[in-house]
Amino acid sequence: MLLIHCPYCEEARSELEFRWAGEAHIARPENIAAITDEEFAEYFFLRNNEKGLTYERWRHIHGCGRFFNAARDTVSDRFVMTYKAGLPKQPVPPAEKVSAIAEEKTVETWEATEGDAR
Amino acid sequence: MRKYSVFAIAREAMRAHKGWEAQWTSPEPRSSYDVVIVGAGGHGLGAAYYLAKEHGITNVAVIEKGWLGGGNTGRNTTIIRSNYLYEESMDIYEHSLKLWEGLSQELNYNVMYSPRGVMMLSHNVHDQQSFKRHINANRLYGIDNEWLTPVEAKAYCPPLDISKTARYPINGAALQRRGGTARHDAVAWGYARAASDRGVHIIQNCEVTGIRRGPNGEVQGVETTRGFIGAKKVGVSAAGHSSVVMEMAGVRVPLHSNPLQALVSEPLKPIFPCVVMSNTVHAYISQSDKGELVIGAGTDQYNSYSQTGGLQIITHTLDAICELFPIFRRVKMMRQWGGITDNTPDRSPIQGVTPVPGLFVNCGWGTGGFKATPGSANLFAHLIAKGEPHRLAAGLNLDRFRTGRLIDEAAAAAVAH
Repeated sequence: MLLIHCPYCEEARSELEFRWAGEAHIARPENIAAITDEEFAEYFFLRNNEKGLTYERWRHIHGCGRFFNAARDTVSDRFVMTYKAGLPKQPVPPAEKVSAIAEEKTVETWEATEGDAR
Repeated sequence: MRKYSVFAIAREAMRAHKGWEAQWTSPEPRSSYDVVIVGAGGHGLGAAYYLAKEHGITNVAVIEKGWLGGGNTGRNTTIIRSNYLYEESMDIYEHSLKLWEGLSQELNYNVMYSPRGVMMLSHNVHDQQSFKRHINANRLYGIDNEWLTPVEAKAYCPPLDISKTARYPINGAALQRRGGTARHDAVAWGYARAASDRGVHIIQNCEVTGIRRGPNGEVQGVETTRGFIGAKKVGVSAAGHSSVVMEMAGVRVPLHSNPLQALVSEPLKPIFPCVVMSNTVHAYISQSDKGELVIGAGTDQYNSYSQTGGLQIITHTLDAICELFPIFRRVKMMRQWGGITDNTPDRSPIQGVTPVPGLFVNCGWGTGGFKATPGSANLFAHLIAKGEPHRLAAGLNLDRFRTGRLIDEAAAAAVAH
């Protein structure tokens, strides 16, 4: 189970409180009736599905209820950062190079940090 | 290839089993092939076999990043059924089920196909209406599926708890008697042996790193960790990594890669005669011939290539198993693992041509690819050989996301596939 930092609650909470909400930074077309079928399929269905660094939305559904964005590595499942909705795509901090993240063997989980303490 | 038979066993018994030959060869890759298939799972190896057998194309290589059958072919819960709702789905899964029935004889390899019946539990009025709709659709299409009362379900699967006070009461079940299980590794090995015998090259530990395209955009071959391999046609059958491989050719596919977990118990004496699935409480279980209870859990909610998954997912599944089958409450679980499933928006597979000439794709089988292995492989071979899809797979094209002609099994089959 992942441990996720909510940028609104400013607290790391267990994945059970969150819902994954798809790829981040996808803008709805301004005039959706005017676009072609190809453009609609691209907007509606096609996603990056990256192996490595991905930008995605999460919702703290059993907490503050708000959507926010996250950068995560899909190989190690480790979060690089989370940031508030509405902010532009945040660059990955240089100290947190994705390759370095991918090489880390352990993933920080809720069980590892809070499960034992209970 | 020496045929396997009772006489072969007797012959080898006389000489200390020293005469068994390797099941497939591991040749050095040629500089080019007529067809290169990316991914040596059941689907890819099967496609190579059918290309050689039914279409006479033997200059074929199957390229695999890891080892043969080491991806989802070796990680699934081996359930086989064809009781889907829509005609496009029934076509391909029933085609597959028919091939399963004769596969051991066809390949001269015991794939241990066991039609022990797949029973899907109904827990509420919605389930009952949905399953009866499935049953009617299946029977009208010539596929067996029948409704059982709770007492009949209990008679078919004695460990089931059908008491009114159960945590998840049961008001009936849908049973497909021809459904069942097979030995997953044997499917990959059997296809590999039969394909290798017909001249197909199986190249393991060779990762595809790029897809080379010519001046008109057509496929010329694949770049690999063992150098460039030319090909007139490339078929991608890379399951959870299909997005990654297709991206090399500049083609985006509507997939999400999610971990899906399974687990097995310590081996038990024969106690569980069939496959039981419950979509509503999300659990599926069967017993392998070795005696382990094979249990499948759900997918994690986020995209991942980690081949692991969250503990809360399997905990949730085991909660349900313990309520449905109180007899298993003290059974110990022995191993747990994850595979990466490639899920489409409508939860139906994609098999068809792509915008790149010479590049064909077979992906999106999501959480239900194993049951489709022979059918998918057979039709994928047809697609590659002819350049256009077989009638039975015509609806699975990539273009349906533009035309809107989706095959909405996500809603039709609830969760488990």
